[in-house]
Amino acid sequence: MIDNTMTLETVEPARAEELPRSTAGHGHPVEILRLNTCGSVDDGKSTLIGRLLYDSKSLMEDQLEALERSADITGGGQINLANLTDGLRAEREQGITIDVAYRYFATPRRKFIIADTPGHVQYTRNMVTGASTANLAIVLVDARAGVIEQSRRHTCLAALLRIPHLVVAVNKMDLVNWSEERFLEIRDEFEEFLPRLDIKDVKFIPISALNGDNVVSASPASPWYQGPALLGHLETVHIASDWNLNGFRLPVQWVNRPNNPTDTRLHDFRGFSGQVAGGIVRVGQKVMVLPSGLKSTVKDIWTYDGSVAEAFCPQSITLVLEDDIDISRGDTIVGLDALPGMSTELRAKVSWMHSRPLTPGRKFFIKHTTVSAQVIVSSIESRLNIQTFEDEPGPTELVANDLGEIRLRTSRPLVYDGYATNRLTGSFILIEPSTNATVAAGMLLPPIELVKPEYNDFAI
Amino acid sequence: MSSALSSTNPSAAAVRPPSARGYHLDHLQFLETEAIHIMREVAAEFERPCLMFSGGKDSICLLRLAEKAFRPSDLPLPFLNVDTGHHFPELNEFRDRRARELGAKLIVRKVEDAIAAGIAVPTPGELSRNRLQIPTLLAAIEEFRFDCCIGGARRDEEKSRAKERFFSFRDGFGQWDPKNQRPEIWNLYNARVNPGEHMRVFPLSNWTEMDVWEYIQREKLEVPSIYFSHRRQCVRRGGQWLPVSDLLTLKPGEKTQELVVRVRTIGDIISTGMVESPADSVEDIIAEIAAARVTERGSRADDKTSEAAMEDRKKQGYF
Repeated sequence: MIDNTMTLETVEPARAEELPRSTAGHGHPVEILRLNTCGSVDDGKSTLIGRLLYDSKSLMEDQLEALERSADITGGGQINLANLTDGLRAEREQGITIDVAYRYFATPRRKFIIADTPGHVQYTRNMVTGASTANLAIVLVDARAGVIEQSRRHTCLAALLRIPHLVVAVNKMDLVNWSEERFLEIRDEFEEFLPRLDIKDVKFIPISALNGDNVVSASPASPWYQGPALLGHLETVHIASDWNLNGFRLPVQWVNRPNNPTDTRLHDFRGFSGQVAGGIVRVGQKVMVLPSGLKSTVKDIWTYDGSVAEAFCPQSITLVLEDDIDISRGDTIVGLDALPGMSTELRAKVSWMHSRPLTPGRKFFIKHTTVSAQVIVSSIESRLNIQTFEDEPGPTELVANDLGEIRLRTSRPLVYDGYATNRLTGSFILIEPSTNATVAAGMLLPPIELVKPEYNDFAI
Repeated sequence: MSSALSSTNPSAAAVRPPSARGYHLDHLQFLETEAIHIMREVAAEFERPCLMFSGGKDSICLLRLAEKAFRPSDLPLPFLNVDTGHHFPELNEFRDRRARELGAKLIVRKVEDAIAAGIAVPTPGELSRNRLQIPTLLAAIEEFRFDCCIGGARRDEEKSRAKERFFSFRDGFGQWDPKNQRPEIWNLYNARVNPGEHMRVFPLSNWTEMDVWEYIQREKLEVPSIYFSHRRQCVRRGGQWLPVSDLLTLKPGEKTQELVVRVRTIGDIISTGMVESPADSVEDIIAEIAAARVTERGSRADDKTSEAAMEDRKKQGYF
């Protein structure tokens, strides 16, 4: 008997009975859980997703027909669940997944968005893509191979990207005769390095994606495993607190000013539209506009469905202020309680995604919240060694798939929080000017100094 | 326009104050805020965006999202539709009326005209206008120098669409390069394009067919009548019930039959399979989809051609 979980949270046992098909939200609102799957080539990610869709009855007859058609042609008659997600020609030819594929399925309890992210070393950027919006990551490990460099890299990325929940799915258990000992070995290997990463919630589940054991319902093959099947865990893991509700932030996306309105009440309408990137805003609340430091009061929170008294992250709203002050796209409206940092000098962890290496002194465009600015990478402080999880100081460059810490100088101050505090105001991308390629994903380190409530631009 | 000042949405009652239910969004509210954010990014980052509006159920949701993103201002982008000449007449009527009601500029470019101008060249005997939409669309993009087209495609529709980004880059030839897509991280969209290139943006990427109908229900959106059950002359062909129209020539031995049908997905009138259904309300449709055993695209002959049919068309610039 194994305590397979590192948290105290209790999870209902998997339900063995048949699930009704895809009826989530049918009549009642449900939550969306976003997850991504990562692992190496042949760890069975696509098969696992195919299995989840198949066993939760989210597949339709024509999809099954198409599967059977391709099985007759290429698979010697055996249905290949991976064909469900490997949608591109080249992928079916090579039997690998080359880009993030998104899949959707639902149970009566939740809706799920799966980002199937490839395990190929050269496609680590896609893992970052899929993981950046996920509530939960599934790291697949081949029970025969155990923990390999890719498992460490993916777990490390999941930790860096602050995915709140992690599942280590030890796959192909059938090929190790459902050995409890093997499962424990792999778990121990993980637990050796997990404390060095900051992940709060980790669960280990022994599965066989190919045969469906412990995927949707508990498997008789693993009487020693008392935890939930994978789907049961996905349906019940607590995700309600994954958004930041402290410290109001509204990066202004678009200034809403009606031209020649026929309705006279709209003559002076001037709203600031955007998605709340943190906290809660209320009518009557004092706010500050950054970088200018000008202050005003919230007069109205306008939405198409009528004015509301308060709004919260991540709602999309249009804010109307009491005072007529100059605000444009790229400005951030913040609450006065938990103030953000603001600087042109920044430190960040980056995942480098391009084949042209990053060297100090290179210039890029940075996109941070709704700001587009120019940026120079002033130095590369360190490069993360994926084996030891140690930052090795003073690298001359970062190459594709490297993770490192850099210093940046921007052409205009960024209003930001540390990524650990707020994913939306603590993240950025770098864009190469000539090619427009997205070359890096960045996570800002916490500001050394916060904006003070009495701050205004003119006082400096 | 004036209708948008305050609380004009009849479904406003459905939007309860957040405090009443905690600070959580349900799945439709989450999908909605994600899509509104994307629409506003488009309006802010592009010089000449347009919205592709066909009158179909997905683009109907796009219109409501555009209203939610931009009201009380006018919609800051025109609507574009490629008319194959094989559209259901009900659809075009609906398209024209909705554009008028919203005060939007509607641009229609016809495959017919593109053929006459030599822009689109049918292969001998080619009946479907599906492929011919591509050059027609690309010519319209060039004519109006659009740098961004918002479309209603969803990732759950089809396998190669499952790999599509929200912001999908198209080169100077309008081509999609699935192997070389820009990574899309957090909600930070790289909207940079050089002159002659453009972006296709899909705010409904994360929506499923069920989400679309639930949103139509929640927002009380009007949809063209052909989505609801009606009596129609049909003919059995290729495992589907095709609607009888001037464009359909009966083959020897084929017999027409009046059935009670509706459309689940709308393509051209010559290739859209009608489904036998008594569903005459949005509620009925939702119940029908919940029990459905085939996907939406199962009723579209244009997708069945080959395993990679959609991928091939998309690479060439299809939407």
